[in-house]
Amino acid sequence: MKKILVGLKRVVDYNVRVRVRSDGSGVDTDGVKMSINPFDEIALEEALRMRERGDAEEIVVVSIGPAEAQQQLRTGLAMGADRAILIKTDADVDSLSAARILLEIVGRESPDLVIVGKQAIDNDNIQTGQMLATLWGRPQATFASKIEVGDAKLTVTREVDVGLETIEVELPAVVTADLRLNEPRYVKLPDIMKAKKKPLDEIGIGELDVSMDDSIRTVAWEPPPERQKGVMVEDVAGLVAALKEKGLA
Amino acid sequence: MARILIVAEHDGSALNPSVAKCVSCAARIDGAEIDVAVLATDGAALAGEAAAIKGVTRVLQVDHAANDRLLAATAAPQVASLAADYSHVFGPSTMFGKDLMPRIAALLNVNQVSDIMDVLGPHRFKRPIYAGNVIITVEVADDSKVVATVRTASFQAAETGNDAAIVATQTDIELPAHTKFIRLDAGSTDRPDLQTAARVVSGGRGLGSAEKFELIFDFADSIGAAVGASRAAVDAGYVPNELQVGQTGKIIAPDLYFAIGISGAIQHLTGIKDAGTIVAINKDPDAPIFEVADIGLVGDLFGVIPQLKEAMAS
Ligand SMILES: Cc1cc2nc3c(=O)[nH]c(=O)nc-3n(C[C@H](O)[C@H](O)[C@H](O)COP(=O)(O)OP(=O)(O)OC[C@H]3O[C@@H](n4cnc5c(N)ncnc54)[C@H](O)[C@@H]3O)c2cc1C
Ligand SMILES: Nc1ncnc2c1ncn2[C@@H]1O[C@H](COP(=O)(O)O)[C@@H](O)[C@H]1O
Repeated sequence: MKKILVGLKRVVDYNVRVRVRSDGSGVDTDGVKMSINPFDEIALEEALRMRERGDAEEIVVVSIGPAEAQQQLRTGLAMGADRAILIKTDADVDSLSAARILLEIVGRESPDLVIVGKQAIDNDNIQTGQMLATLWGRPQATFASKIEVGDAKLTVTREVDVGLETIEVELPAVVTADLRLNEPRYVKLPDIMKAKKKPLDEIGIGELDVSMDDSIRTVAWEPPPERQKGVMVEDVAGLVAALKEKGLA
Repeated sequence: MARILIVAEHDGSALNPSVAKCVSCAARIDGAEIDVAVLATDGAALAGEAAAIKGVTRVLQVDHAANDRLLAATAAPQVASLAADYSHVFGPSTMFGKDLMPRIAALLNVNQVSDIMDVLGPHRFKRPIYAGNVIITVEVADDSKVVATVRTASFQAAETGNDAAIVATQTDIELPAHTKFIRLDAGSTDRPDLQTAARVVSGGRGLGSAEKFELIFDFADSIGAAVGASRAAVDAGYVPNELQVGQTGKIIAPDLYFAIGISGAIQHLTGIKDAGTIVAINKDPDAPIFEVADIGLVGDLFGVIPQLKEAMAS
């Protein structure tokens, strides 16, 4: 493969417990730590390993988001990506619009493979990769836990509810990365320095020929229902008694 | 009036329990007419099963050689070609639905409502985001088709006892040949199914090894429970991936859930929010699992579990 495109979304770090604003007007993300979506790190790691094995030549990371998403792209470059593209917007980007924008970039870059995360851990949508593959008219291999590069095709093992499914997809294709695909590398300081010299192109969203979808609006935010505080028991006898009381033993 | 098409998940020989749960969700929309599409090679028996679900008006039996294995690449265009007559297209938020439904949505040029957990109206739904830490209400534009996945843990299966009409349906479209099924490696199935079991016993990193995880299987078998696991237990190779419970594993709603040697990370808790009773056994009194447990016991699981097995047997 000549080129792999990887989607990197800037999201609230997975260790942060987000909360609804007290007036219910949205999610409080002021001052919280932001990171690369963990599944996107896995996507990038897989692309890097493909390049290191000689299965790919160039890796381009793409993010659609605010100017600050440069930080996540720089981290991607420090991990080893060759180039970065930021599609700048302050709007919340829904999955269909993200797929349309990525399709525009696919049109410009003609990658052989696009790898994205299986899910963005902010909206938990699980849609963008599948939508991009569809709009592009190409195959998808979602929830990948293993990828073998063949001749103009990939053999992908996917996590499904009953176990593991293996499929073969012709290139170009879209793959979405699951947790067990690999363990992403840590970035080393010299790599961060080197990454500063790598190209990062910025494109205003207005420069692209895409319309943003507005068919789904969020109208209310609320915290999940709290579970009642439970009881602590001293020993197994206490546990069994508590279960009996609930009719469960 | 809402006309809802549900995409049936099945393994070729039986419907997945998610179908009856999607019907329950759809039936929450007042006056909805609910049809089920069964894509198979010879779907007569499967269609019969779907026709028996209460609330279903019609079953579309879509037989096609390409449906030997339901792949998103070939299933999506078939469903999309049927969608013109419908205001809503629903599928389950299982791995099957998560793979397929966004492809249908993209063909219909709409966004998807992921993970419906509550129905407030034909175009108004509740769904979780941020691993279930936030619940949002979304509104789909009136003139837009609604494509959605249904969070199966939020809905009871619709009952059977119906005799809906079965309509043989042809989809006269060309299907892509770029995706090929190679094989399925399914785990053993002699234990209750994790996604539908009334009781689930899950083990975490606290078990320490695959050998010691046998303790969990043994206890689960003794009370007729399904076995689950944390991500750490799966990553460490104690059990296969299909047992993972949580944000990126299975979202389940058993009556009784045992979390044993599991710390209670937010991503794990996402998977058990709808459990009836959560029992936590952990040697660390400060483990976050105790904040959500209905019954908590601080202790060494290797001492507790054999005793518990014995006590529950008598
Ligand atoms: C993007 C993302 C998605 C994720 N998705 C999931 C998911 O779907 N599901 C999931 O589970 N995790 C998920 N995780 C991982 C999650 O953050 C935790 O790392 C994981 O749940 C920890 O598993 P654990 O509780 O088994 O291990 P640990 O956190 O290591 O906890 C082990 C527990 O065992 C206890 N223990 C040890 N020995 C004993 C003993 N002898 N007796 C009693 N108790 C003992 C310890 O006190 C401790 O509390 C995800 C993480 C990320 C970043
Ligand atoms: N704004 C974005 N910028 C870059 N990649 C994105 C963006 N939104 C989604 N993606 C990619 O699509 C994947 C799935 O996102 P989602 O469908 O929103 O769950 C993410 O893991 C990213 O790889």
